[in-house]
Amino acid sequence: MSKKLYVARNPRIAARMLGEEMLVMSGQSSTLFTLNPTATILWQAADGATPLDEIVERRICSEFEVNPEEALRDAEALAEDLAKHGILLISEKPISETPIARQDTPAHEQQPWEQRR
Amino acid sequence: MRGLAAQVERYSIVIAIGGVPVRVNTTDANFLQMLQDRYAGFVSEEPGAEFTFHVELTPPAFADPDVDVRVTQHAGRWFMERGDFQAEWEPATRVGSIRQSANPHSIDAVLRIVHTLVLARQGGFLLHSASAVRNGKAFLFAGVSGAGKTTISRLAPEDATLLTDEISYVRKLGSDYVAFGTPFTGELAKLGENTSAPVAALFLLAQGPENRIDPVAAAEALRELLANMLFFAEDQELVHRAFQAACDFVDRVPVYRLTFMPDARVWEMIG
Repeated sequence: MSKKLYVARNPRIAARMLGEEMLVMSGQSSTLFTLNPTATILWQAADGATPLDEIVERRICSEFEVNPEEALRDAEALAEDLAKHGILLISEKPISETPIARQDTPAHEQQPWEQRR
Repeated sequence: MRGLAAQVERYSIVIAIGGVPVRVNTTDANFLQMLQDRYAGFVSEEPGAEFTFHVELTPPAFADPDVDVRVTQHAGRWFMERGDFQAEWEPATRVGSIRQSANPHSIDAVLRIVHTLVLARQGGFLLHSASAVRNGKAFLFAGVSGAGKTTISRLAPEDATLLTDEISYVRKLGSDYVAFGTPFTGELAKLGENTSAPVAALFLLAQGPENRIDPVAAAEALRELLANMLFFAEDQELVHRAFQAACDFVDRVPVYRLTFMPDARVWEMIG
């Protein structure tokens, strides 16, 4: 059985929902990202206390008709991508307000869920 | 008996853009004259200023115009640097210094940077856009080079007052956004009028086979607004402030796509 993962919003990111799109801005790289619906759900639910599998079960499987195991694998990959860009923090332990979780250096390749400034 | 050191003449000018007076001190009378000519219409007769810069002129030297400007903050001081100038500014004391040769482009760049830093803290911004006042309302026309800022400015009717053909100055005053004239010129090389009006709309320019106005979704408006905002600082907090300012602006001000032909009739749809 794989370890539980916890995700939290990076406090260095500014975000705003405009219309039906979630836009987030990295203060470090001055890059604007547009999150797709799944990434938006992850961002909104990433409180640092709820395990990722619970987020997937409660928020993603209920929203989209997907297999829970497959949905969790996809969500883990998406969370990793978001973490690479400094948008989310990921940890195997709950993340407090002053997290020391992994925050990877932003990658340079453009992802399908984002748009650069 | 005269002192060994000759007294150095000091000259001063207050340049007020966007209602923010900035004093520039120099010891060079010719440089002062150049500033008076360059910023005619924006020179304030009032003695007070919000910020003061001392200019130290250096001999002309080759400066690579393609070198990017760098704006960083350290220990409460802003450092601004490009191939042709070095400047520092301490917001707490409201005093700064500029080292540059006697040319108008360097100080122009420093003023733009300083205004972006000031505006970012107040919810305003500088925007790559032409702007004009008509019937008491300001309209912004944003776009990259070639989008039509100069063309729409040139086509403006007599009852429209041009604020700028290149860089618009937007302040948030209370819950309203107000556009001010600027001396920052584009291809028209014509200074804007030193006046202001509430912003009624932002038009994103596109040239096409007909004149038409289409609404723009908020998220798309934000992306285009951010893409056209002038922002130089490598500073996380100010980046967030600029983002929030842009979000607040598109929440409050209508944003449209203005497709137009190079024909004065486009102004029948504006104002």
